[in-house]
Amino acid sequence: MFPAQCQVSSLVYHGLRRTFQALIARMHSRSHLKTYFLIAVMVIAGPIGNLLLAKGMKQIGEVHYWPPSELLPVFIRIFSSLTIWIGIASLIAFVVSFMLALSVADYSYVQPAAALGYFVIAVLGVLVLHEKVSPLHWAGIVVICLGVSFIRGTDPRTTESTN
Amino acid sequence: MLPFVLFLVITVVGTWGELCLGRAMKETGELERLHPGHAASLLWRALRVKWIWIGVAMMAIAFFSLLLLLSFESVSFVVPVTAVSYLVGAIGGIFFLGERVSPQRWLGILLVCIGVALVVIAKR
Repeated sequence: MFPAQCQVSSLVYHGLRRTFQALIARMHSRSHLKTYFLIAVMVIAGPIGNLLLAKGMKQIGEVHYWPPSELLPVFIRIFSSLTIWIGIASLIAFVVSFMLALSVADYSYVQPAAALGYFVIAVLGVLVLHEKVSPLHWAGIVVICLGVSFIRGTDPRTTESTN
Repeated sequence: MLPFVLFLVITVVGTWGELCLGRAMKETGELERLHPGHAASLLWRALRVKWIWIGVAMMAIAFFSLLLLLSFESVSFVVPVTAVSYLVGAIGGIFFLGERVSPQRWLGILLVCIGVALVVIAKR
């Protein structure tokens, strides 16, 4: 082969290789993006759902379970509350994104990463409920974030899909 | 004795219930793109996998054990329960789902355990 031909084939080879690598990297980053998105929904929707349910039930006030005839009006009050419905919708969003996240990533990746929810709970507590968050509480959240950043550095999926 | 048994049930059975959901989703397939229709059809197919229902039953058992334990124990046991569940989850991930937990992931999981324990202690 002439040197020029060698050069061209080497250029083509390296070009193709680089394109292929870029494509693979893109696919990987996309798949990671999907996992990050689903975990983000879990981390935000879970605490919001719990907060809204708690708030909605406080608006309902004290519930009397006896006599049983008391239950029907309570039931109607609970299910005519918009706060409670939005809370239920948030918790459904949490469960759905949890299951979808498990379809694309390891359980040992999703479960600890979802602990970022503790950060969202603290922020909601400060902003919405005007609660005080102690320094020890913030320290715990910093340690959680550090742990999640280590987990994020690992491959989200280490098993193959069975189908 | 009973509190210890309930503690085991809450951590092991509760976490194993979630692991069963993971198994069901792995058997169903992967969410290929973030599309509502695609996600709905995947979840619909997942409902026909037995592991989903085993998982839901286990999570329900763990939930009622938690209510039972709360009726005679203080909430202080919540610290070990929440922290230990991450370790049980990682062990279950390895042996039940065949996941490979690298040393880096173990380190992250341990830090999450410590962080969650601190948050729960701080809240008391």
